[in-house]
Amino acid sequence: MSTTSIPAPRTGYSRHKSTRSKFEMFAWLFMRISGIVLVILIFGHLFVNLWAGEGVQAIDFGFVAGKWASPFWQIWDLLMLWLAMLHGTNGLRTIIMDYAEKPGTRMSLQVILYIASIVVIVLGTLVIFTFDPCPAGADPALLASFCQA
Amino acid sequence: MAKASTGTLYRGNEGMWSWVAHRVTGVGIFFFLLVHVLDTALVRVSPEAYNAVIGTYKTPVMAFGEIALVAAIAFHAFNGLRVILVDFSKSGPKNQKKLFWGVMIIWLIIMLAFIPRQMMHTFGG
Ligand code: HEM
Ligand code: HEM
Repeated sequence: MSTTSIPAPRTGYSRHKSTRSKFEMFAWLFMRISGIVLVILIFGHLFVNLWAGEGVQAIDFGFVAGKWASPFWQIWDLLMLWLAMLHGTNGLRTIIMDYAEKPGTRMSLQVILYIASIVVIVLGTLVIFTFDPCPAGADPALLASFCQA
Repeated sequence: MAKASTGTLYRGNEGMWSWVAHRVTGVGIFFFLLVHVLDTALVRVSPEAYNAVIGTYKTPVMAFGEIALVAAIAFHAFNGLRVILVDFSKSGPKNQKKLFWGVMIIWLIIMLAFIPRQMMHTFGG
């Protein structure tokens, strides 16, 4: 006569296997972590570019050259670019999921969103790292003072 | 507001309106950022091209646009921090209404400081 075996409690029985990937959990967490970091990055950016000195009136090509001469502001802007774009793109993905009900509309809106985001992230990254503060043949009056040296 | 095919009678309080505003400001900032990276990219074209575009940021009309942008960011940022607190802190959900009014006060202080500053930059004085 065979005995019925009863599995030990808590051996990993689950009523239903989660069909969601871990991706949504990661996305949820990413929105919060990136948000906290972005507060510092964006308020710092706005303080230096809009508040300090003459604010926006002081910004020109030479101003950007002065900032990007320092790796500090290069990394600052790079982080801000990537985090803000990924945060914003994921936020828009949520919104598309909420309002676009037809699968075709959802699909096309998402494709447009992802292409736009990739273009902007790649372009912005290239701009930071290929920037030439003293382009040859440019009017010296428009350049930063360190170009004369 | 989320779309319900059957319509809804729910008209929320602070919680719902702050969620709507969080959404609207998030989308607005995103589209600003798309344009902003494109205009910054003009530094790779020529100093003249960049100066021409950034020059449009210095006009009185755009000065108000920048105030609107700061208003949107300040709301989204501090309301975002409130959402994070409500999610992660034990006493967060209980205090979410107080936190909302805290967000509004911080937002107001930032705007009261920034608007005169921006007026000084734009019109001199
Ligand atoms: C009216 C307000 C703003 C002004 C006047 C402004 C000005 C500038 C300037 C002059 C630069 C060139 C580099 C530098 O100074 O660091 C820049 C770059 C950048 N800004 Fe802003 N900014 C503003 C608002 C914002 C906001 C709200 C965000 C984020 C959502 C942002 C994100 C960026 C990023 C990511 C870059 C780097 C672009 C690249 O990689 O080519 N800016 N901004
Ligand atoms: C300044 C710092 C920021 C903080 C603290 C922040 C915080 C947050 C948080 C916590 C969420 C998730 C809300 C939820 O799950 O209910 C969120 C959503 C969102 N954020 Fe941000 N964010 C910041 C900056 C930005 C920027 C720069 C953009 C645009 C590029 C942006 C666009 C969005 C969008 C579109 C959503 C989705 C809104 C929704 O689903 O209703 N945020 N933000």
